[in-house]
Amino acid sequence: MAKRIEVSGLHAYYGGVHAIEDISMTVEPRSVTAFIGPSGCGKSTFLRTLNRMHEVIPNARVQGKVMLDDEDLYGKDVDPVAVRRVVGMVFQRPNPFPTMSIYDNVAAGLKLNGVRRKGQLDEIVEESLKGANLWNEVKDRLSKPGAGLSGGQQQRLCIARAIAVKPQVLLMDEPCSALDPISTLAIEDLIAKLKSLYTIVIVTHNMQQAARVSDRTAFFNIAGTGQPGKLIEIDETSKIFTNPEQKATEDYITGRFG
Amino acid sequence: MSAVSSPAKRTPTLGSVSSARKLKDRLAQGLVYVAFLLALIPLVSVLWTVVGNGIKRLDAQFFQFSMNGVSGKDAGGGAYHAVVGTLEQVLITSVIAVPIAVLTAIYLVEYGANGRLARLISFFVDVMTGIPSIVAGLFVLAMWLLTLGIMKEGAGFAGSLALAILMIPTVVRATEEMLKLVPNDLREASYALGVPRWRTICFVVLPTALTGILTGVMLAVARVMGETAPLLLVIGFTKAINTNPLEGPQGSLPTFIWDQASDPNQNAIDRAWTAALTLILIIMLLNIAARLVARRHRPGSR
Repeated sequence: MAKRIEVSGLHAYYGGVHAIEDISMTVEPRSVTAFIGPSGCGKSTFLRTLNRMHEVIPNARVQGKVMLDDEDLYGKDVDPVAVRRVVGMVFQRPNPFPTMSIYDNVAAGLKLNGVRRKGQLDEIVEESLKGANLWNEVKDRLSKPGAGLSGGQQQRLCIARAIAVKPQVLLMDEPCSALDPISTLAIEDLIAKLKSLYTIVIVTHNMQQAARVSDRTAFFNIAGTGQPGKLIEIDETSKIFTNPEQKATEDYITGRFG
Repeated sequence: MSAVSSPAKRTPTLGSVSSARKLKDRLAQGLVYVAFLLALIPLVSVLWTVVGNGIKRLDAQFFQFSMNGVSGKDAGGGAYHAVVGTLEQVLITSVIAVPIAVLTAIYLVEYGANGRLARLISFFVDVMTGIPSIVAGLFVLAMWLLTLGIMKEGAGFAGSLALAILMIPTVVRATEEMLKLVPNDLREASYALGVPRWRTICFVVLPTALTGILTGVMLAVARVMGETAPLLLVIGFTKAINTNPLEGPQGSLPTFIWDQASDPNQNAIDRAWTAALTLILIIMLLNIAARLVARRHRPGSR
């Protein structure tokens, strides 16, 4: 299921703005990689280049190579839609489809991609909701609207929706920043469970969270406003948090800046 | 603050609202209510008069008979031909106008992205909004009846074309506004599931905006249903039943009202009032139906 991601020499632009510069890294399969760094340093932008969501924004473009095992995501005739089926994404704010029930939300990706058989759908919906630790809470109200759940439940619904299409990689863009500590704990437990199946990349502002859930941590930084974001270093999480190579990383982690 | 004032007559920091502010508040509130009541006067008065005058002939006969062979002074007669004509014409109008308008709005919001073509279309939609209805009628008259030489005596379909010209810009604008309200988060959520753009639009964006789009369509239908001038030009006028919109003059409620109201006989005037009431009732029923359809599409209400 899980695949390795190898990024080399990646640049991303928004129109004329150079957002991230020359990033190269390897994301290991069946592990959690956390991206940390100050706001505006390009973590989210970089994350979005990993499933070609970056180019959804008008005038945004990417240069460089992202290899998923042996396929280049930015290869000449690669369909971005196909990429996104393999590399799923969970967003910062829970965004269940408001017109759909809980069941339809989870089934959305499958239905919209042509899976129609009721039995098969039922099975995948149950499996995905169980996978997202949400089944027990919603199994009696699958036909109720997804927007009626609490924030934490909505986020788990979004995770269920993302894993229902059976991706190889799961990207999470600050999945807990809109949630309370209890819901955050539920999501973190879920991440720990999911990493045996998927390659997980998570952007977070919460360094304790990065330390708790991730195996490897990447630190991004910018030299100043208007400058492109850069990858400072990536290493084992324990190493980054105890003995980083770079001074900038240590300053950021210990709360000393500049 | 409190250190300055002596403890004996200390003014509380969280003082009550000053009387000047209270007065302004009252004044503004009063103005809002007055404006509301003023707006209500014509509305209630129109409803009151139409219902009061129209209820007299709101009987079964009115919906079962046409005006064939009934002259202005005769009692009886009905608007069957006009109701059938109006319903057919407005249905055809909607079938033509709604898809064109909704697709145009989708292009403007989802694909055009403020490009040159999108701005051009947007500009022409604005221009179309201002077209007087008689001009739309003349345009169809010139195009169909004179240039192509078909339909010498008018046809319901020609009327529908004229009405469609009037309906398209209204529906485009309403749909555009509703599509813009759909949060980008939802589109991205759908893309991230590997759903192609067109499916995202069909199954995520449009259903989310459906209630608003339906309201916009109903407003446009209501507007178009009352149009008289273009119909007189291209549909002609008849007192007989003609269910074929493709051939021959056809009745319609606005032209029925126009004809009966210009007749000095009280019987005719009564029929005109009832036809006006019928028009209002049809629009109301359509609105209720649209609301029920919209409600059914929301999962929460079940």
